[in-house]
Amino acid sequence: MEQRTDHPLVELRGITKAFPGVVANDRIDLDVYAGEVHALLGENGAGKSTLISILAGMYRPDAGEITIDGRAQEIGSPRAAIGLGIGTVYQHLTLVPTLSVLENLMLGIDARGGRLDLAKAHARFDELAEVLGVTFSPDATVGRLALGQRQQVEIMKALWRESRVLVLDEPTSMLTPQDYDDLRLYLERLKADGLAVILITHKLHEAIEMGDRVSILRSGRKVGSLEPGDVHGRSEDELRGTIVEMMFGDATPDVESAVEVSGAEASAGGRRSPVANGGPPALAVRDVELQGEPQEVGLRGVTLELPAGQVTGIAGVDGNGQRELAEVMAGQRRPDRGSVFLGDDDVTRLGVAERYQRGVRYVTDDRIGEGTVASFDVAMNAVLKRVGEPPFWKRGRVNRRAIERYAQELIEDYDVRPPDVNARIATLSGGNIQKLVLARELSLSPKVVVFNKPTYGLDVRTAEFVRDKITELADGGAAALLISTEIEELIALCDRIAVMSRGAITGVVDNDGGAEERVGELMVSR
Amino acid sequence: MRAHAGRAGEAIVAVLIPALLALIATGLLLVILGRDPIQFYSDMLERGLLEWPGFQESVIRMSPLLLIAAGLIIAFRAGLWNLGADGQFLLGAAFAAGLAPSFVGALGSTLTLVVVMAIATVVGALWTVVPAVLRAWYGVNEIITTLMMSFIGIAVANVLVKGPFRTDVGGVARTDTLPLDDRLPLLGDTQINAGIIIAVVAIVAVHLVMTRTSVGFRLRMLGENPRAADHAGLHTKRVIVLTFMASGGLIALGGAVEILGIWGSFRADFNPAFGLIVIPLVFLARLNAIASGFLVAAFAVIQIGGESAARKSDVSSDILLALVGLILLFMAVTEWVRARRSARPLYLSPGLAETIGASPAATDESRPAQPSVGTG
Amino acid sequence: MEDLFTETFLTALVAGGVLAAMPLLFAGLGEMVSEQAGVLNVGLEGMMLAGAYGAFVIAIETGSTWLGLAAGMAIGALVSLVMVLLCVRMKLDQIVIGIGIVLVAEGITSLLFDAKYAASRPRLPAAPEWAVPGFSEIPVLGESIFTQHPIVYIGVGLVIAVHYLLRRTSAGLSLRAAGEKPAALDAAGVNVDRTRTWATIGAGLGAGLGGAYLSVIAAGTFTPFMTQGQGFIAIVIAMLARGTAPWTIVGALLFGMSLSVATALQLVGIQISTDYVQMLPFIAVIVVLVLFARRSYLPSALALPYHRGER
Repeated sequence: MEQRTDHPLVELRGITKAFPGVVANDRIDLDVYAGEVHALLGENGAGKSTLISILAGMYRPDAGEITIDGRAQEIGSPRAAIGLGIGTVYQHLTLVPTLSVLENLMLGIDARGGRLDLAKAHARFDELAEVLGVTFSPDATVGRLALGQRQQVEIMKALWRESRVLVLDEPTSMLTPQDYDDLRLYLERLKADGLAVILITHKLHEAIEMGDRVSILRSGRKVGSLEPGDVHGRSEDELRGTIVEMMFGDATPDVESAVEVSGAEASAGGRRSPVANGGPPALAVRDVELQGEPQEVGLRGVTLELPAGQVTGIAGVDGNGQRELAEVMAGQRRPDRGSVFLGDDDVTRLGVAERYQRGVRYVTDDRIGEGTVASFDVAMNAVLKRVGEPPFWKRGRVNRRAIERYAQELIEDYDVRPPDVNARIATLSGGNIQKLVLARELSLSPKVVVFNKPTYGLDVRTAEFVRDKITELADGGAAALLISTEIEELIALCDRIAVMSRGAITGVVDNDGGAEERVGELMVSR
Repeated sequence: MRAHAGRAGEAIVAVLIPALLALIATGLLLVILGRDPIQFYSDMLERGLLEWPGFQESVIRMSPLLLIAAGLIIAFRAGLWNLGADGQFLLGAAFAAGLAPSFVGALGSTLTLVVVMAIATVVGALWTVVPAVLRAWYGVNEIITTLMMSFIGIAVANVLVKGPFRTDVGGVARTDTLPLDDRLPLLGDTQINAGIIIAVVAIVAVHLVMTRTSVGFRLRMLGENPRAADHAGLHTKRVIVLTFMASGGLIALGGAVEILGIWGSFRADFNPAFGLIVIPLVFLARLNAIASGFLVAAFAVIQIGGESAARKSDVSSDILLALVGLILLFMAVTEWVRARRSARPLYLSPGLAETIGASPAATDESRPAQPSVGTG
Repeated sequence: MEDLFTETFLTALVAGGVLAAMPLLFAGLGEMVSEQAGVLNVGLEGMMLAGAYGAFVIAIETGSTWLGLAAGMAIGALVSLVMVLLCVRMKLDQIVIGIGIVLVAEGITSLLFDAKYAASRPRLPAAPEWAVPGFSEIPVLGESIFTQHPIVYIGVGLVIAVHYLLRRTSAGLSLRAAGEKPAALDAAGVNVDRTRTWATIGAGLGAGLGGAYLSVIAAGTFTPFMTQGQGFIAIVIAMLARGTAPWTIVGALLFGMSLSVATALQLVGIQISTDYVQMLPFIAVIVVLVLFARRSYLPSALALPYHRGER
């Protein structure tokens, strides 16, 4: 079957886009052909999202040309992009949870705002539902659908208006392995229909498995590309080597930490840790139940022990109760039933401050929204969880000098830049904010530390730093809980990995050989 | 050092410009009505500031306004919209007016004043409990609840004054008049009562607590980032209720001072409606207690002088409401101009930017953590 | 107690209730549309007041009730443009600006009224009522509900129209998305700011009409600060309606009756101090909020300005 024509459907030439302080896209060229999946590969911050936002009409490029079907185009708005046949599915789902599936699909279609043509919409829904193998009703409320189903709605939305180009921004980050296979399946069908697909990912194996053509981005530039001939011709190992070479040039850091690598390599690891000695675990939650907010899964009878000197991992698709568990451990939330034990002591009734003093720390995944106060300076953020405590406060009055001295120490130990205790923390980069949060939580004899996606969104070097600290912590005798969506990271750091699904722990796997498969299995099982 | 002076200079400009613009706009209003703005403003300055009796009145007027400002700052800094100041103020006034005359016989002047002011403060604090609890436990929007309580409070104050607190003396409904000797003592041989001292102490105290104590730190944390406050283990519900109570208490104290220092009795339907008016002033001061002290002083001059100038120019004194409202609007716009440069609104703590139910998503992690300025 | 339920009392209660409810209905309906799109108009009180004054002036000058009502709507919309410019376009804080609008509107309307009419204090003639044939014969309801100025029936029609707009049109869909998740609307290619602009103007129109009804039809004159907090009650009605237009009628009637019950009671010889009665609507609001605290549903993006790029 003729899968590509002679000229590309979409051509990008010299696309450049800069934001204050960073050049997100630097003279990027891209060719996208119909009937093909073109994978855009790069780590976080490489510029993939920006490029796609330009194609989707969210931003205008500072320089460069876009040609669609041979004609130069200006994509001035999302509406214009849709008009040109470009459908985009974003990483952060953009569906309105309170509206029905059909309402979401009809959003923005009628420019004049007139009466909704429900009959026509139903018909179109049925058409697309068949191609994508959809099982839910068009009148279902989006907020009640599972993540995989919501993604299907997103794709339907992207295809609603006779699109010719489908852009998928990190589509697999929240999917179960089953959803992943489904995705590959209907991408094949869509390709057969003549659609051009652009797939953005930071996972190397995905780019290779799903892509016909691969372009690699690095720090805003395109540093290499693989033609279909290259991709289909060679073995996965060869490809991996070539691509990693392109992505990292001379400095090839530990491949594990750089980009997601599939399977075999990583599993020959796991931590070597001192065998757990007798005595109670450092922290334990027993039969914890939690109702949770409306959009949360809550916790249903969770029992987990965190042995001292070990790193326990929590795997599972995001949103299955991990955050609730972390908050229950830290004292941020009181469970409806069940108990939390710190060693031999029942601390269920104690709040964050009391547990903090006893050595229970929590590195939140939301460093900007929750972990720090943006308008406070670095010094005050360093003592955020010690309000009123001496020496920082003496009988209610603040002791600024003691606070600054303490913050200065933290900054130096953890290499926070710029090293200015008086700087407003909002001016620091994400990586440095994370380092400060880490410094704060790990100081003054921590006994149990809960890490919630601590390396998410960080550059390679900082992520490495964080991982080292976790290992150091456990080696020092403390207990660590590592919540992560990256199986490879869990394999590299943890002694045991628990899998969470729908608010319960479906199983715990010791991290010896083959752990990754067992973890994957658990993630899929109901 | 340099940066500090630069910032101080910038701050002063940020305060002066909206005030100036508002004065000009109000002047335009006068022109439209066929009055002379220059005459108006010079009358205002003369009466409010330059004449001795007028100046004294301005200082006297400052006391309740400062106490209201102190109360509002506490709440706003914590991210809580206390829009019920009028109700709290009048209830404090009503209780002070109703109780003081009866206590004087038994307790003597000084003790009466202290006790009555304390009672008024407690009443004001209690009046905020319902909105506070609804907000703390159920997340009910306190804008509406404090407003409703305010209207209810105004009515209750009137009911009290026309009922249990009513004087036996015939005529218009009001409380017994507190004899001059039993009111707040005057300073020196001026007309200014000691209420000003109470008010200034309150403002300074609020400033110190806000900036130098753990209580203030917690409050600011709550206002700047409620989620971080939870995360850090703040007893959020407790802080919300206590903050509201402190706020209501101070404002009610303002009402008591108004009665005990100036009027001596509460006449039915008395309502100077200071509640909304002080809000623009504290925002103009960027919720800084000391700064708002100065702005309140300036406004007291404007109000006293303005009331007189309005009479002379034959316009309604409500023109001052327009002036104050314009200050708020111009201040918001000025902040917008400033924010375009530094990508952050400076006058409003994020907690006040009422996030009802939702929280803004974190921005792209790999870029420096600055919120993007709306591109369109 | 039996005297309480005489025809006289009930008729007066309902008639008075309808009269008092209309300003709340118009303002509440408009505000509901606005809130569905994510804009909270704390300044509604100011818009109503402005509409009340403008309508009064036009009605006096032209002698036409209808022109007065139209003028009130126009002025309300004009004031709402301030919200549009400062909050929707410039993304300033909706509550701060709202307070500013209330203050400025209170000041200017009082100022202008005082300057122009303080001496003369004119009153408008009673607005003509229209009896619905047949229905107006029904006891109690006939006189109270079916014998009113036509704007009342138009009001009911507006409720139906708004309901249809929100549920069955693309424009309504966009409005609801703008208040719930504006990023989704933006991604769908609809201009979020423009959607919110129209919604805010809708609130202005509603508030202006509500204020106009108050001065031209209900009171027959203008008094400074005459809205007495009704703008805020309208906000509550909008919030409680939870996006379903017909609920605004229920809310408006409920609060309207609590406002008018004093007069009705007086008719049957029961004297209650106006102060107690004045408290009623506000106490009703608090009670309702306490009862429905957990179930209060507000659009997630209410009062949050939309910046493209922040997802």
